Amino acid sequence: MTSNAAILHAESLYVTFPDGDLGLRVLEDISFDVKANEFVCIVGPSGCGKTTLLRVLGGLLEPSRGAVIFEGQALARPRRRIGFVFQESNLMPWRSTVDNICLPLEITGASPEFIRKRCEELIDLVGLVGFEESLPRDLSGGMAQRVAIARALAHQPDLLLMDEPFGQLDALTRERMGTELLRIWEASKSTVVMVTHSISEAVLLADRVLVLSARPASIVLDLSVRLTRPRSLELTYTRRFGDLAAKVRGAIQST
Amino acid sequence: MLRGSFMAIWEHRSKSVSGARNGKRQIRYALWTIPLSILSAYLLWEAASRWSGLPAFILPAPAAVARRLWAALQDGSLLRHTSTTLAEILGGLSLGFIFATSLGYLLAKSKTVERILSPYIVASQSIPVVAIAPLLVIWFGPGRISKVMISALIVFFPILINTIVGVRSVPQDLYDLMRSLRATRWQIFTKLEIPAAMPVLLGGLKIGATLSVIGAVVGELVGADQGLGFLINVGRGVYDTTLVYVAVITLVVLALTLFTFVAALEWWFLRWREPPAGY
Ligand SMILES: Nc1ncnc2c1ncn2[C@@H]1O[C@H](COP(=O)(O)OP(=O)(O)OP(=O)(O)O)[C@@H](O)[C@H]1O
Ligand SMILES: [Mg+2]
Repeated sequence: MTSNAAILHAESLYVTFPDGDLGLRVLEDISFDVKANEFVCIVGPSGCGKTTLLRVLGGLLEPSRGAVIFEGQALARPRRRIGFVFQESNLMPWRSTVDNICLPLEITGASPEFIRKRCEELIDLVGLVGFEESLPRDLSGGMAQRVAIARALAHQPDLLLMDEPFGQLDALTRERMGTELLRIWEASKSTVVMVTHSISEAVLLADRVLVLSARPASIVLDLSVRLTRPRSLELTYTRRFGDLAAKVRGAIQST
Repeated sequence: MLRGSFMAIWEHRSKSVSGARNGKRQIRYALWTIPLSILSAYLLWEAASRWSGLPAFILPAPAAVARRLWAALQDGSLLRHTSTTLAEILGGLSLGFIFATSLGYLLAKSKTVERILSPYIVASQSIPVVAIAPLLVIWFGPGRISKVMISALIVFFPILINTIVGVRSVPQDLYDLMRSLRATRWQIFTKLEIPAAMPVLLGGLKIGATLSVIGAVVGELVGADQGLGFLINVGRGVYDTTLVYVAVITLVVLALTLFTFVAALEWWFLRWREPPAGY
């Protein structure tokens, strides 16, 4: 943690979707800070508003009340400094692996030489060498997810918002991807806010775990995870880990 | 490896050859089924003209039609009339396509435009274009323009509908992705909407290609001094049934060629799609 400055600040966020007379209250009074280089995990019951919260944090959805401050400025629109990994891998089916990964660079108008070099790095980083020209339909779920992560990293955003990036994967692939993500995060020095529905994944990866209540969601627990890094899977068998996971589970069940 | 232009989106050199394999098998299949079906049609026709006892002005023999075809080719008239009709077809299809896709895009993107225009569009669709073809010939004269207009009108609606469906089928998450990258409207259009809507759009073009032939011929039948429809009218007027057959066969070949061309376009653009199950 090189810096203590908050890169992202959520100020009393409310989101209500139009629905009937009262509307569907999804987020209620959510406030928290994310520091630079922090890895924050958000867990909560299904359908509570995790995706909605992430969309607000990324500027894709305007909150009904409250504000998001990103790098000291109120966020009214999406920023390129914020990268997104969506709940489904969300690749363009007509683009090959490289072409999907380089999409952000194409849009920002980088030079072809730079794009080529950066793509090679990214392919290497996420371990997809040999699949550069494959189409999404020919990739496994885990590979597609890695393409999505590489794409989000392409233009080196300061903040990475990830919506259950491993949601579609089996337990084994999931564990491996988790440790790979830690490696990528450490290498890329970015800040991560990640939604997950796995408690142990959250505790293993994060510096902090935020637990949301059922809809309308508010933060019921903000837990600091002070486990040493680099972390490995063995950590999950330790007493400290078990205690932290139990706290998170207790908070979820109390809602 | 990286290409700037959006046309390159579809260019891919996947190691997976399932699509190509599937295509090759279909081509090999077609290599003997098509000649076989042409041959059997010929035999049927020959048999019918010999033994049915129908007079030649109702069912001429294949050989007589072939002779008439040869004559029409020799004096250049068939080529002249065919190129007239082809120009009308392509003109109508392009015009209809341009207008239908532009309007369809607007309708798909704007609720207001849709609310204002859709009653008129639905109402106009209940007017059979064939019935107002004479009116169009009166308005635009007996030349090519009226045929282009009729053809454009006929292809308009199916292409419009397919454009709307295609643009609406673009996944919201991909829009969010483009938005999160601060893509410009033009980038969203070229890098997302066009390729994502392409499958449905090409389906519309395929229907339109067939309809555009009908439109042009209907126009020529109503009133023209050139074109294959005009040739049919002439043949009918002088009881030259062989000439009618020549014109009809030419039209069929024209329509099939056009359809095959669009189908090839579709195959080329949509190689990224899953090959259909069952092959
Ligand atoms: N654009 C929208 N309009 C109306 N309602 C919405 C919209 N987006 C989400 N909702 C509703 O808000 C609630 C929360 O949705 P959200 O997708 O944020 O939940 P989630 O926690 O991400 O769920 P999951 O765990 O299944 O991913 C749901 O009831 C959903 O139906
Ligand atoms: Mg969600």
